[in-house]
Amino acid sequence: MSLDDVYRQVVMDHYQNPRHHGHLAHPTLSVGLHNPSCGDELHLDVLVDEDGVVRDAAFEGQGCSISMAAASMFVDRVRGKKIAEARRIAETFKDLLRRREADRSVLGDLEALEGVSQFPARVKCATLIMNAFEQAIDRIQAEGGDPK
Amino acid sequence: MNLAALRSEFPLLGRTENGKRLCYVDSAATAQKPQVVLDAVRRYYVEDNANVYRGVYALAARATQDYEDARADVAALVNAEPEEIIFTRGTTESLNLLARSYGELVLGPGTNVVTSPAEHHSNLLPWQQVALGRGAELRFVELGEDGQVTPEAVAAVVDQGTRVIAVAHVSNVLGTVTDVARIAEIAHAAGAVLVVDGAQSVPHMPIDVKALGVDFLAFSGHKMCGPTGIGALYGRKELLGRMPPVYFGGEMIEEVTLTGATFKEAPYRFEGGTPNVAGAVGMGAAARFLMSIGLEEIHRRDVELANMAADGLRRIEGVRVYGPTGHRESGVVTFNIDGVHAHDVATALDADGVCVRAGHHCCQPLMRRLGATSTARASFYLYNDADDVQQLLAAVAAAKEFFRRVAG
Repeated sequence: MSLDDVYRQVVMDHYQNPRHHGHLAHPTLSVGLHNPSCGDELHLDVLVDEDGVVRDAAFEGQGCSISMAAASMFVDRVRGKKIAEARRIAETFKDLLRRREADRSVLGDLEALEGVSQFPARVKCATLIMNAFEQAIDRIQAEGGDPK
Repeated sequence: MNLAALRSEFPLLGRTENGKRLCYVDSAATAQKPQVVLDAVRRYYVEDNANVYRGVYALAARATQDYEDARADVAALVNAEPEEIIFTRGTTESLNLLARSYGELVLGPGTNVVTSPAEHHSNLLPWQQVALGRGAELRFVELGEDGQVTPEAVAAVVDQGTRVIAVAHVSNVLGTVTDVARIAEIAHAAGAVLVVDGAQSVPHMPIDVKALGVDFLAFSGHKMCGPTGIGALYGRKELLGRMPPVYFGGEMIEEVTLTGATFKEAPYRFEGGTPNVAGAVGMGAAARFLMSIGLEEIHRRDVELANMAADGLRRIEGVRVYGPTGHRESGVVTFNIDGVHAHDVATALDADGVCVRAGHHCCQPLMRRLGATSTARASFYLYNDADDVQQLLAAVAAAKEFFRRVAG
């Protein structure tokens, strides 16, 4: 295992210059997630329109470079995507980190985090944002009866 | 025994990680196991395994004898009487058992429990929850400059309503050592008892419960080179005698009817169900192993290595060391690299074969006080040597350079 495989330039760039950092003025839903094993905290705002498109999203939190970079990359990747597509990105990313077959073409910058799969204890850092997103979407669909 | 010979007693220490020499400096989380402990557990299962107390055959008598011998060995480690040692699953269960049993005996409205904001969650939550349930107050000691719990600060919050003072002997985050002997005097003068979380002290320094005057002492087998899933609660005999059982079931009773029961004497009334006999045997073997080396000697080595590590870490520009600014009195050293999350530090060290803990160390209130969400912690034990310190320092320096470079 090699550190250079994990802490690639694009990862550190997202960590130091997070995209879509902050809060949305009128989110459809907000979720706060907490990783009790390390104390990392993550807050995610999601705005979904009637067509089931993720119109906007923003995150804020404190945590390690992997959790924060993954949040920045993921939020950037799913903005403007249909919910189903966004879910597929999250699932594909999790598959990649579990070293399963994964269609990398949907991942964008997230693919740069593949090296995290060499450090199993850190996979939960990288997937914290996906868990927050899936929780938010589950609740939006359950509460709003959104068919999309 | 010289250090190289001692290290060879621990099979796991001879392994490599990621192609590097294993530098295991996370003994505050759990200690590695020497061959004598592994052999004792195996020998118990191979030669003496039967249920304790119940059988009338010779095999069962040997199992019972092994279990009681282990109790005597663990008692000897802290200068207690064997009947003052209750076997539990570990420090957490010891403290929960105590809070439920003794807490429910003495706590109610108008009474209070005094503890500190530096406690491990396992010495905070049992008291927090029993105090909530009983309508008692939970009071916190003001921490000193270096984060230590001083007798003066304890005395400042103790009053006639205080029934329990619960503090850690050695902080698992800062490595500070608490003067429990003086706090015991304060407790007794107020008519309270002193509960000591000994998870980080019993494995590492000579402890004499009688000389210290502590009323209860909780500790774990796995942090003192014993197996996981076994630990102990020491309680002064007259106090244990007053305490109600918490776990009801087999082997803790004298007589049972459909509507009532009487219970055995302590410690048996607290050990309902078939106990972890093999674990106790392993913990007893670990206690003998530590005593054969000498707790003074173990403590001396812990402290020497921790001071060497703390000094070396401070010399690396951009590294912050927490806890005592002067001489350290335990094997725990907590630190951060500026601008790098502790988890990233731990991953970088792991790649160099160095095992450290990273996170909040089950001490969220203390971490908030330190202004850190997480820290890295190195902790030394009897099998560590100067090479471990050098490997740690080199890995931290390399990690700092690495993150500077990739963040550049």
